[in-house]
Amino acid sequence: MSDISFVRTEMLPEQDPPASTVGLIGWLRENLFSGWFNSILSLVSIYVIYVILSGLLSWAISPTWGAHSLNECREILAGLGREGHYAGACWGVISERWLQLMFGFYPPEHYWRVILAFVLVGVGLAPVLFDKAPRALLWFTPIFPFAVAWLLWGGTIWGPLVAMAGFVVGYFAYRFVSGIAGGLLGIIAAFAAPVIWWLFLAGPVAGALGAILPIGIEAVESRQFGGFMLSVTIGITAILISLPLGIVLALGRQSNLFIVKALCVGFIEFIRGVPLITLLFVASTLLNIFMPPGTNFDIILRVIIMVTLFAAAYMAEVIRGGLAALPKGQYEGADSLGLNYWQAQRLIIMPQALKISIPGIVSTFIGVFKDTTLVSIIGLLDPLGLSNAIRADTNWNGIVWEIYGFIALVFFIFCFSMSRYSMYLERKLQTGHH
Amino acid sequence: MTTLTDPPRESFKLSMLIYDTRYRSLTIQIVALIGFLLLIGWLIGNTAQNLADLGKEPSFGFLAEPAGYDINQRLLDYNSQDSHLRAGLIGLLNTLLVAVLGCITATVLGVVIGVLRLSKNWLVARLMTIYVEMFRNVPVLLWIVFTMAILIETLPAPRAFRGENPEASMMLSDSVAVTNRGVYIPEPLFSNSLGNVHLFGESAIRFDVSLDLIAFLAVLMAGFWVSAWIKRRADRIQEETGDRPTTWWQRIAVVVVPTGILLTVLGFHLGYPELKGFNFSGGIHLRNSLIALWLALSLYTAAFIAEIVRAGIMAINKGQTEAASALGLSPRRTMSLVILPQALRVIIPPLISNYLNLTKNSSLAIAVGYMDLTGTLMGITLNQTGRELETVLMGMLVYLTISLSISAVMNWYNNRVKLVER
Amino acid sequence: MKKSVFLGALTLASMGAGVAAAATLDDVKARGKLNCGVTTGLVGFAAPDANGVWEGFDVAVCRAVAAAVLGDPMAVEFVPTTGKTRFTALASGEIDMLARNTTWTFSRDVDLKFDFVGVNYYDGQGFMVPKELGVSSAKELDGATVCIQTGTTTELNLADFFRANNISYEPVPIETNAEAQQQYLAGACDVYTTDASGLAATRATFEDPSAHVLLPEIISKEPLGPLVRHGDNEWGDIVRWTLNALISAEELGVTSANIGELSAGTNNPEVNRLLGTEGNLGEMLGLDAEWAKRAIMAGGNYGEVFEKNIGEATPIGLARGLNAQWTDGGLLYSPPFR
Repeated sequence: MSDISFVRTEMLPEQDPPASTVGLIGWLRENLFSGWFNSILSLVSIYVIYVILSGLLSWAISPTWGAHSLNECREILAGLGREGHYAGACWGVISERWLQLMFGFYPPEHYWRVILAFVLVGVGLAPVLFDKAPRALLWFTPIFPFAVAWLLWGGTIWGPLVAMAGFVVGYFAYRFVSGIAGGLLGIIAAFAAPVIWWLFLAGPVAGALGAILPIGIEAVESRQFGGFMLSVTIGITAILISLPLGIVLALGRQSNLFIVKALCVGFIEFIRGVPLITLLFVASTLLNIFMPPGTNFDIILRVIIMVTLFAAAYMAEVIRGGLAALPKGQYEGADSLGLNYWQAQRLIIMPQALKISIPGIVSTFIGVFKDTTLVSIIGLLDPLGLSNAIRADTNWNGIVWEIYGFIALVFFIFCFSMSRYSMYLERKLQTGHH
Repeated sequence: MTTLTDPPRESFKLSMLIYDTRYRSLTIQIVALIGFLLLIGWLIGNTAQNLADLGKEPSFGFLAEPAGYDINQRLLDYNSQDSHLRAGLIGLLNTLLVAVLGCITATVLGVVIGVLRLSKNWLVARLMTIYVEMFRNVPVLLWIVFTMAILIETLPAPRAFRGENPEASMMLSDSVAVTNRGVYIPEPLFSNSLGNVHLFGESAIRFDVSLDLIAFLAVLMAGFWVSAWIKRRADRIQEETGDRPTTWWQRIAVVVVPTGILLTVLGFHLGYPELKGFNFSGGIHLRNSLIALWLALSLYTAAFIAEIVRAGIMAINKGQTEAASALGLSPRRTMSLVILPQALRVIIPPLISNYLNLTKNSSLAIAVGYMDLTGTLMGITLNQTGRELETVLMGMLVYLTISLSISAVMNWYNNRVKLVER
Repeated sequence: MKKSVFLGALTLASMGAGVAAAATLDDVKARGKLNCGVTTGLVGFAAPDANGVWEGFDVAVCRAVAAAVLGDPMAVEFVPTTGKTRFTALASGEIDMLARNTTWTFSRDVDLKFDFVGVNYYDGQGFMVPKELGVSSAKELDGATVCIQTGTTTELNLADFFRANNISYEPVPIETNAEAQQQYLAGACDVYTTDASGLAATRATFEDPSAHVLLPEIISKEPLGPLVRHGDNEWGDIVRWTLNALISAEELGVTSANIGELSAGTNNPEVNRLLGTEGNLGEMLGLDAEWAKRAIMAGGNYGEVFEKNIGEATPIGLARGLNAQWTDGGLLYSPPFR
């Protein structure tokens, strides 16, 4: 009797979990059908996906890559027995025009310059954007805007070199004047000297150097820019120039000086208060009226100016956010070290504020890049503008979805990769703080 | 007497303007102001010079001239003989209409999508992520054009409703017609209408006020007021006695019964759209251009709002929920009393800027032919009169006013809900 | 043109002295390029091909002027303009001439301070409807939805026409021809109205052109022509007479095929004067003797340009109609070259 034990002495073999909680079924139950509401949602989602994919794929899979006109596409599809308005996509237009959509009217033999220029942008920005990039590249960062501008617009090499010399002039002016007359006058000189150089001396000097040593590549007028290349050029130029402008505006907005603050706030709120399209109307119809008689900027430059001002206002707000996010202790710490305003900004505040702002800057860039499509409304041939021009070709009159789809896809690839980068950055910055 | 107070006065030197911190900020400001005024003066001088060269004189006289063109969607009465100013006003109202509609839909959609993105349902969460990424990473102009193209190409034309066996038919027992020219919905009509009051005579800002509408709104407001009073009374009784009287049917009745009586007296009925001639007539016509713009702006902005909502919800510490349940609050009350007020604080500032963006993006209406301010004043009026300076500046000023008003109102609201920081 | 290139902080800024009340010719010569404003794309009139080379009826006028002035028909910078930007671009000197199917109207000529140098296409606003609607006159369009291309005189004509006939309509303003066509084909509007040439060109590209008819009413006069800034009469003369040279060449039977032969000298003094073998017309214009010869060789005479871009052999298939020579019952009538 006593050896009857009520406690099991050996373990039962482990059993598999119920089939309904593991594997595919378990996953489905857990993630898709956990409750009636979720089940309905899942079924609706599956149906939506099915409808979209089946419609889209049967249209998109279409052997029309070789066609040279819309009618040819229709014949090819009719030959396959596919009739009707949505029988299939006419991809011929993309295979014929994709280079144009990418580069606009840039001379084909110089496409390499555009590609190289944008590679250089990548290289130049790498040390800023990725901290794993070799530090030596940092030396290239201040040079690359000039190299890129030279590659894109061409012309004599002396133009960009002389322009770059403006900064050297500014530096030496600072050293020289501050040595004699003190820091503040030095700073004024450091600003004034390059401006004088650029406005009055750079042209003749570049001309003279060009006459002595004519080194250069074929000049390309900005009117020949078009397609995605135009969007990227406007976007990148605007962001790069708007960054320093935005820093100045953000500091101005935080300043104690009433008038300076009022001017900065006024500018920022004005630009942020009006739609970009009205600024582009200003660029296309009014900017020439505001300039002295006889000046004539070309339209792309005018657009770049207005988009830059637009981006600067948004940039200022992003950087202001970064400044506001800094703990007050940083400011106080800088003060307690006896640093003056500019030293504090340069050594303590800005490096941290900018680092915090990078995700914001990237998303501003994405926004500006997307907004460059608006230039099609004032008649520039960006991808959307080109789509109209292409549809005005008798061969392709009547095409709708193929071009829009292509443009949307390229924009998506650009912007999505940038937003992923921004998220990567946010994650990295977060771990940096904990 | 005057022995101690003043330190020895230094004689003022010019260099003190720069090196003396007492004067330096003043110097900088004055220099900035002078620079700014010089810039403005320079711009105005150039403009005057250029306009003189072109033989034009800035004048707003063109605003009073007949516009000469028709506008399809007009919230106030307008015909081609009205002035350019009137046309601009019609455009402005259209801008405001699409902005308001867009903000409402975008908020609703954005909140739903933001919550669904946090859903435990794998498929739905992924689908919403795809939605958000798709809309955020493609230019809004492209979406507007796309939406318009989809509406035009997929919906039936009015002629499809014609004939013995029409290819398309009206929905909801023949009261709503969805066509590729827009959606026709029933309109409210009053057979014993009180009429309209005409304001501002024949000027550009004239408009009619429907007395029916005013009467309806007045009765409705009164009903709500009484209803609120009943609630307050019930609250008071509950506080005093601990028992809450049943008031829900009273509260509904004071709103519904008077309005119902008023509508019956006014002879309220619905006017249904009918296919007549080329088009449907009767009913309210929501034009394609409005729907496309409205839809595209809402969908686009909703993607941004969804991200804001998601971030707002995720920003609330889990401890808050736990603390709330420790206090014995029900999940619903946890949400409404603890989570949402805090999430709102994070959500509202970026929400304001998205509303502003939506309003500004509505200026892309031109791409689908929606006659907003950009289409009338800065569009056809500009083309016909050649007055670039005046029309564009006026347009910018109007947009600026709208933006500043929105941000003022929203900031006021934000300040109200903001938690007071230590 | 004095050109000083300076680089701003990061961008290349090119400023040049451009606007000038006079001496557009000198500017063009110094630049070596003619800046010509065209549409952003209109079937048959101006559109870039796959290589980015602009082609079309309006484009041919620009090329002829470039050939006459600079000796190279390809020395043209085409500046795409919209209905909104075209006049500003011309007034500000951004373009030297505008060839953008622009209607010659009193207010544009007088109030906006431009000079129309002639007419290269006589057009009028018409209506296109699907045949199945069974409409035979624009007066039957009561209550119809009408697609209009905006930024032109079209919407004013339309408003006037419907008001004068006391019928109602629903205007659908559309920015570009391509989108208007899409809406019209999908049935989002019953009628499409724009210049009759545009309607014909659009109809030609439909899958089934025969299912659509152009209504007989032409509700406006639309003389389309190139224009230049007011005040530079020398430049205006050059553009005007280049256009006239193309028209005269057709009248005189000078084509791009026989021009080489004819320029050796003929017994028709007007041909000789036109081609520069007799007289000094070119010198009077401030150009050389062979200016008109080059202009004609650029794309052929008016008739050849017409046939190549919009004529009956092209998909657009426009008949000459009003745009035939006066000798054939049309309106083209070039003043004599003497």
